[in-house]
Amino acid sequence: MTMEISVNGKQHKFEQDMSLMDLLHALALTEGRIAVEVNGEIVPRSQFAAQQINHQDKIEIVQAIGGG
Amino acid sequence: MSLNQDKPLVVAGVEYQSRLIIGSGKYKDFEENLSALEASAAEMITVAIRRVNLGQNKDEPSLLEVISPERYTILPNTAGCYTAEDAVRTCRMARELLDGHKLVKLEVLGDQKTLYPNVTETLAAAEILVADGFDVMVYTSDDPLVAKRLEEIGCVAVMPLGAPIGSGLGIRNPYNIRMILENASVPIIVDAGVGTASDASIAMELGCDGVLMNTAIAEAQNPVLMASAMKKAVESGREAFLAGRMPRRLYASASSPIDGTFF
Repeated sequence: MTMEISVNGKQHKFEQDMSLMDLLHALALTEGRIAVEVNGEIVPRSQFAAQQINHQDKIEIVQAIGGG
Repeated sequence: MSLNQDKPLVVAGVEYQSRLIIGSGKYKDFEENLSALEASAAEMITVAIRRVNLGQNKDEPSLLEVISPERYTILPNTAGCYTAEDAVRTCRMARELLDGHKLVKLEVLGDQKTLYPNVTETLAAAEILVADGFDVMVYTSDDPLVAKRLEEIGCVAVMPLGAPIGSGLGIRNPYNIRMILENASVPIIVDAGVGTASDASIAMELGCDGVLMNTAIAEAQNPVLMASAMKKAVESGREAFLAGRMPRRLYASASSPIDGTFF
């Protein structure tokens, strides 16, 4: 079964039963410094593999960019 | 031995030899930013926290690969936040991103045209962040009462604007900055408004502990040269402050003796 999730404000479809780590792999985001919120809660890096992604989850993935 | 027996700038218990803090916005590329950073001799650099671009080329380096958190103190900001809630959320993301790093630059804006701080939201965010263990360097207006309140909340540095962000108008109200300085027991760092080297010197001559700038360097015709100019301006302003300037007089005071003239 597929599920729909929001990643950085955009809708994405994935097969159900995936961890946050799987999602980051699918998005090619395993390198570099990022921080992730699932439904408004920060998920520590150590929990990426344990964090299950569910239908209609809202995920925010951020990085540091240039700013003053 | 150097003539200048200045103490280092201390923010949240960490010593900095440089009193200049620069931004990482508006540069042509990371390399130009890094060259400016090196020329400025700044040890602290601000960054913004934004969504990862999902379409982005994987091989493209990210900012923190070019400007290393091992070498520089990274100061994540809350630019773009208009509420305390968004600012607190941004700081928590930054802390996660930087492996528990506690130092943040809090700015909560009130209006897109002026980018003036929303002081009530700034105060609310500062309370939450300090209680949550952050070391908060806070951007604020040049209101001396608000500056004092932010210090009382527990901010580690108070950063009044000299003029609106990116305006380059210089220190528009030096008297307010002086009032803030008179009452302060945490570092006061002018943040925003500096346009050119003399503005940075004026801030330091007033007795500020440091200056934070982005656009003045990034939007100069030659950003790396301007970064070098700012380094000198901050240092010379600081030395002039420590040296203690002569009083202003309305009329002349001859530099050569009157006695001994032969005409």
